[in-house]
Amino acid sequence: MPAISFQSVSKTFQTARGPFQALDGVRFDIQDGEFFGLLGPNGAGKTTLISILAGLAKATSGSVLVHGVDVAAQSAQARRMLGVVPQELVFDPFFNVREALKFQSGYFGVKHNDDWIDELLHSLGLSDKAHHNMRQLSGGMKRRMLVAQALVHKPPVIVLDEPTAGVDVELRQTLWQFIAKLNREGSTVLLTTHYLEEAEALCGRIAMLKNGKVVALDSTTELLKAASSNVLRFKLDAELPPALAVNARVTGRIVQFPANDALEIERYLAAVREAGLHAQDVEIRKADLEDVFLDVMHKHTESQP
Amino acid sequence: MMTGWTMLFYKEVLRFWKVSFQTVAAPVLTAVMYLMIFGHVLEAHVQVYDGVSYTAFLIPGLVMMSVLQNAFANSSSSMVQSKIMGNLVFLLLTPLSHWSWFFAYALSAMVRGLLVGAGVLLAGVLFVWQSSVLNFSLMPTQPLWVITFAVLGALMLGSLGLIAGLWADKFDQMAAFQNFIIMPMTFLSGVFYSIHSLPSFWQTVSHLNPFFYMIDGFRFGFFGQSDVSPWLSLGVVGVCLGLVSAIALHLLRTGYKIRG
Repeated sequence: MPAISFQSVSKTFQTARGPFQALDGVRFDIQDGEFFGLLGPNGAGKTTLISILAGLAKATSGSVLVHGVDVAAQSAQARRMLGVVPQELVFDPFFNVREALKFQSGYFGVKHNDDWIDELLHSLGLSDKAHHNMRQLSGGMKRRMLVAQALVHKPPVIVLDEPTAGVDVELRQTLWQFIAKLNREGSTVLLTTHYLEEAEALCGRIAMLKNGKVVALDSTTELLKAASSNVLRFKLDAELPPALAVNARVTGRIVQFPANDALEIERYLAAVREAGLHAQDVEIRKADLEDVFLDVMHKHTESQP
Repeated sequence: MMTGWTMLFYKEVLRFWKVSFQTVAAPVLTAVMYLMIFGHVLEAHVQVYDGVSYTAFLIPGLVMMSVLQNAFANSSSSMVQSKIMGNLVFLLLTPLSHWSWFFAYALSAMVRGLLVGAGVLLAGVLFVWQSSVLNFSLMPTQPLWVITFAVLGALMLGSLGLIAGLWADKFDQMAAFQNFIIMPMTFLSGVFYSIHSLPSFWQTVSHLNPFFYMIDGFRFGFFGQSDVSPWLSLGVVGVCLGLVSAIALHLLRTGYKIRG
């Protein structure tokens, strides 16, 4: 039985400008014990999908099952199995760190949870903040608290909605070590992130969402294999000729071309030289998830009517 | 079905208790101001019931008004703040049932209402005791009525506050609800006067105000005298409480404005 099963989930919002379809028949399963990535540009529907899973929103049609339990029909039972880290950096300013965690345990009916709370605080580097009011915590600390609050009831399925947005490198490492440990111990993890190198490093399987539809769904390895195998990368101080710019991905001075073989690479470099430009720091690297992502998103822009 | 509600109740009580200067002491002070000013101005001029001085009449009214207003303020401000701050998500993610939400919010609102009410009553007792002119006891003749109406009234306003908190998207909507509905209904319910002193039209209007029955029934417990029978008041308050609770439970069950 899958840990999470999205069954033709659709969601339409009524807005002032008419109905807006945020999700359109999303259907995929996440198996027990997987580390699963849900990727997509802003507005693709990732957070809406997670909200429906978490019971924060209702699907217009379709259903979501957590270990076979319908999140709408048997919400209490489903929510007990879910630990959700929300995207917004929210906190209750009335209480301190330990109080907030005790309350959260209590809401799930978990009593005498101090040992696990201590372990969470320790693993997330919050031990010395236990008696600080939530207001006194820095942004990164508040983010860790969101993770701790999601895990107080030891949920078998952990859902992280952009947990590393605006978080420094050190904390990201701490966080991922901890989540990866929980995953090794058997927890299923569903992650959304805009940091594609994180997704590539952590996730065994990935779904890509665009305009509310699943546009790619495969193991990370397969997705990387399917992409154009190499990328030509160099730095350029001048603007790229328009003929070349069509295929290029330009980030400041860095120019990148998808390239399958030596011939293609030679052709690009020759064109640069003919334009009277000088390519510096030339390198050829393997395609990464970011390339795959941009490729998939680009393809699905073209196929749109 | 009710797992975890005690923790939410405890959290809600702790929430107002941590700022009790503002949530308990301040409303007691406000009521004492009313008592000093109205008591001073009207004591010699108004007598509502035989053998009951105006100040004695006023004190239970002020106590009940404080109970009602603070019960409302507690659940409504807690809910609207959590919605606006976004931390309501921590509750929305839990398996807490709509019954749990309802009882936790309504009972914690009741606790605050009763605490403030007790504070106002104590202040009233001290006020009478130190006065050289006033000479009466504030011992309720029928304490069971006092407790019944205080508890039912606080629960009803706690539930009403919950509804208002769910409905309001912004603090100013909440303030409008409080200023245009709760305040007029409490002030026009006979806290400061007996409705028998009103012209007949306004008497009829007052009889449509459920707050009138709460205050009248509460006052009956002190003096054994009231404008209408305490049993009638009990019936009206009971029906209103049932209705308001049912609406609040329905809104919580369907996730009105809190689950998209």
